Amino acid sequence: MVNLKIDKIDVSVPEGTTVMEAAASVGIKIPSLCYLKNINEIAACRICLVELKGKDKLITSCNNVVQEGMEIYTNSPKVRSARRTNVQLILSQHDSRCTTCLRSGNCALQSIANDLGLMDNPFPDDWVDEGWPRKYPLVRTSQKCIRCMRCVQVCDKIQGMNIWDVANTGSRTTIGVTGQRKLENSDCTLCGQCITHCPVAALHAREDWQGILDKMADPDVITLVQVAPAVRTAWAESLGFSREEATPGRMAAALRRLGFDYVFDTIFSADLTIMEEGSEFLSRFDSLKEDGMPMFTSCCPGWIRFVKTQYPQLVPYLSSAKSPQQMFGAVSKTYFAKVLGVDPSRLFCVSIMPCVAKKHEADIPTINAAEKGKDVDCVLTTRELARMIRADRIVVGALQEEPFDQPLGLGTGAGEIFGVTGGVMEAALRSAYYLITGKNPEPDSFREIRGQEPWRESELNMGGTRVRVAAVSGLGNTRKLIEKILRGEKHYDFVEVMACPGGCVGGGGQPIHDGEELASVRGEALYRLDKKNPLRFSHENPCVQQLYKEYLGEPLSEKAHELLHTDHNSWHMPGEYKE
Amino acid sequence: MSRLRINTPDEAELTMEHLYLDLERHIAASTPGLCPVDMQISFLRLCHAQSCGKCVPCRVGLGQLVRLMTDVLEHRATMETLDLIEETARNIEVSADCAIGYDAARMVLNGLKGCRKDYISHIRKGLCTAGITQPVPCVAMCPAGVDIPGYIALVAEERYGDAVRLIRKDNPFPTACAMVCEHPCEARCRRNMIDSAVNIRGLKRMAVDHAPADTVLVPANQPDTGKKVAIVGGGPSGLSAAYYLALMGHKVDVYEEKPHLGGMLRYGIPAYRFPRERLQEDIDAILSTGVTVHMNVNVGKDVTIRELHERFDAVYVAIGAQTNKESGLKADGELKDSCVVSAVEMLRNVDTENQLDLKDKKVVVIGGGNVAMDCTRTAIRMGAEKVTVVYRRRRGDMTALPDEVEGAIAEGAEVLTLGAPAKIETDHNGNVVSLLVQPQIVGAIDAQGRPRPGNASVDPVSVPCNVVITAIGQGIETSHFEEFGLSVKRGVLQAMDDSLEGEIPGVFVGGDCVTGPATVIRAIAAGKVAAANIDEYLGFHHKLECDVEIPPADLADKKPYGRINLKELNGSERKDNFCHIEVGMTKEEACQEAGRCLRCDHFGLGLLKGGRESW
Repeated sequence: MVNLKIDKIDVSVPEGTTVMEAAASVGIKIPSLCYLKNINEIAACRICLVELKGKDKLITSCNNVVQEGMEIYTNSPKVRSARRTNVQLILSQHDSRCTTCLRSGNCALQSIANDLGLMDNPFPDDWVDEGWPRKYPLVRTSQKCIRCMRCVQVCDKIQGMNIWDVANTGSRTTIGVTGQRKLENSDCTLCGQCITHCPVAALHAREDWQGILDKMADPDVITLVQVAPAVRTAWAESLGFSREEATPGRMAAALRRLGFDYVFDTIFSADLTIMEEGSEFLSRFDSLKEDGMPMFTSCCPGWIRFVKTQYPQLVPYLSSAKSPQQMFGAVSKTYFAKVLGVDPSRLFCVSIMPCVAKKHEADIPTINAAEKGKDVDCVLTTRELARMIRADRIVVGALQEEPFDQPLGLGTGAGEIFGVTGGVMEAALRSAYYLITGKNPEPDSFREIRGQEPWRESELNMGGTRVRVAAVSGLGNTRKLIEKILRGEKHYDFVEVMACPGGCVGGGGQPIHDGEELASVRGEALYRLDKKNPLRFSHENPCVQQLYKEYLGEPLSEKAHELLHTDHNSWHMPGEYKE
Repeated sequence: MSRLRINTPDEAELTMEHLYLDLERHIAASTPGLCPVDMQISFLRLCHAQSCGKCVPCRVGLGQLVRLMTDVLEHRATMETLDLIEETARNIEVSADCAIGYDAARMVLNGLKGCRKDYISHIRKGLCTAGITQPVPCVAMCPAGVDIPGYIALVAEERYGDAVRLIRKDNPFPTACAMVCEHPCEARCRRNMIDSAVNIRGLKRMAVDHAPADTVLVPANQPDTGKKVAIVGGGPSGLSAAYYLALMGHKVDVYEEKPHLGGMLRYGIPAYRFPRERLQEDIDAILSTGVTVHMNVNVGKDVTIRELHERFDAVYVAIGAQTNKESGLKADGELKDSCVVSAVEMLRNVDTENQLDLKDKKVVVIGGGNVAMDCTRTAIRMGAEKVTVVYRRRRGDMTALPDEVEGAIAEGAEVLTLGAPAKIETDHNGNVVSLLVQPQIVGAIDAQGRPRPGNASVDPVSVPCNVVITAIGQGIETSHFEEFGLSVKRGVLQAMDDSLEGEIPGVFVGGDCVTGPATVIRAIAAGKVAAANIDEYLGFHHKLECDVEIPPADLADKKPYGRINLKELNGSERKDNFCHIEVGMTKEEACQEAGRCLRCDHFGLGLLKGGRESW
């Protein structure tokens, strides 16, 4: 243990503890801005400065470790003065028009400036608008950027993509894209992890919700909304309601209040995905064995973008099944239009996703099956949903629980866990077991695949057939796993990949909590919903069964192929090899 | 009112004098990778501030250039702006009254020409082509990218073995570099901003003196890959590649034509600078990885490169620069053998049966590089009566390190500068009696920044001598490799690019035989690059890491402090023997000197990128 004094309080902490953590252990919270534990410890903002007795220069508390006998002052006159100046300098290069800012009220810089009581700034505004294409799903507002470098580090250390980079030197140092590229011409996966780790509003997803209001106002348009599993774990986080209060039933009520004509659920199409992907897996099992390669899941568009540029040789091993979002869109604009007896062009299909890459996925021209425009017309993030609810001044706590609409609003517990790493695999295994053996397994039989480790693997005996599976989340982890597979160090039959750490619950479209990682608690909420759901197996979803009976025939049928499967080679990532 | 006054600088003037010195030091410590346009504008502003203001081109023109160049930097310019900058600078260059204006314009034109790509990138894309990839200056400047702040911190904690382990991650010759590295790492040391560079080589010396390389175990080899690599040449480049390839799990065979390993470290660098037993420490550590060596095998005579290429999965050719450059110096008669010898030959044969007999002879050494100084100081130690260095340019133009020149003089050498060797004069027995030297006058400065000497209008002088040693450069024996299909240009082997791949698949080339005679650290770096790329070529991607934990940076204020230089034995103590002349630091000195390191790995951009990496 190392003994020191912080603000005259005796502190005793293990060797290697940072000054900031040591201070926190006795209730002293040192302000910080660029710091992100284990990810960005570069001491760039110079806000977490403290005074070390006997030294002229102040030291940063985020990346310097305690030493025996230190005497630290966190609010000495020197510290107060330097911290104030540094915040003012940051503000001089930050567009501080907070009233029209997406992150107002959830901005680390705003909090610090307010806490310090900075009501004026001697330094004139000196921010630069570097410009940005309006249509790209990921937006960078340079005049908000404080060059904390978190995005660079997150993309590098968590996702291993190295898209963002420090550009230029000296006073013009800013954030650019590696290889002197524009972001839209890069292999960015649009995972959005840089957005959820940005302390200010410099990075955000394209906002699309204003356009929906017009559609809702149009009496000729029938608006449908589908909500991804992960959204229900987080939608009210920024509205001041606990996960227990913010039930899926209240979320359905809120969506109806917003004006959607039909409130449906992506877990319905998650169950449908299992029927298609599970059947596809079994039909490809022997040929995959011959190749010695696994089949990879295809529900995560960030992962699809990743594999197309990083490992194009693996594209043939992707499941051809569309993601639940797109299956929903295809079914709604065909089958459901038929159920309603209306022309599909009257339907406007909105999805609410914990994701940024889904905005791109819905725009892929070849993804559409209904031949009436886009299958999914508009994709919103969880954050946009919360903004819509706030704009309409809907009080979540005052809402009564309401059911989702039928038939596209019913899903099983297997569909719910699609939003957490390992969940797609677990759902698939529950049904695959049934398809192979003719019997349902105990629904929690495959919990080995759950957890927060970079990846989990499991070897299963399915009625005498050995099936080896793995689930991985985070693209840095994914790259490591793929390298092992390619080197022949790991052998699997089926691999689930989710681009965001922890799965969709930790997605780039989820609410932002500076310095907190909530994927794990949100994932637990999904497992609770699964447990509570009377249906635990996708193949037992009566609405899915009805869809096959009335419209699709059986999994992998010609109709199913036409609507629910896609060719991953039919579109190209920037820089991807084109034939 | 007095008629005349003594100029006494006031406080402001003294402060400015200090500022100019600060400026010099700061410029010297510029991190590699800064934006060329930004730096040129900044320098131009300084030139503009120097303007007295009398003349239009300088007073107004330099300011307008600053404005135009800022437009480029801030993505407001077009290609026409570039033309306007050029035209304006040209007109200032020809019309300014004094050097303040015309030399500033010249620098703008130079920048425009040399960094044109960057200007265009700023104009077209709004992007700078430069960028700081390794922000720790010493690591960036070290060809092998050794983790210098890391090992300095380890030396400060007296963890010498760990320091050697950490150095070896990037450089398997810690001892050689502790003794003879030209330490490019020190050139841009950020400590220059405060006082002067950290004595990095001295601190490495501390590590290897207290933890000799052969006592610090090398890491375990990675699992056997079943691949075989042949290395041609057992010098620093070949052995570095051998070491890393062995660690990666490949089977390595080294072919060396001489009876011992070490290449120029053994056959070029004199023992008083690098004792042979210390060289052996590095070599023993490298061989402990299980590398097989074949001594006295000349690739070309005893075995062909073609055979090696067939028998092995990959080949690394690192044959060095072992031959002499012809001096073209003529004698006035028939010469006896061993009166005129090349530096390579002379140094190679020291301590062998072919050693030159210089006892009580008068020796002239021709040349001004480090090799010339090695010959000079070796000749003194071999008992020569008198040794004279003859050099065409001025002493300051010598490429030898100033310490080497001073060392030679302290040992009794004479230096005759501005003298071009003209002819060797002999007696009727074919013995050399003198060297005829044509005095030179220093002239215009060439593109490399050195003044070109020319014949002065005075008569040649005769320098009496019995032996002439020519140290004017080395060449490469390329013919066997050229016949095999490797291409040769201007006397050196050609790699296709920086990856050191030769034109034949599976054959890599590097070290002095590609660069021409260069420094040991560049040869080592080539070995490291070759090892990594051979590994990739063989279908692997082995990572080399080092698990040594680096001590946290100390938080002391960095006040200006003197640099500790290594001491040498006195001239009289050292000039009659080959004992090591340089004395290492004491622990007290090493701790103090290590404390001067600014830890740019911890304080600065090194925290974000570059910094500490495996390869």
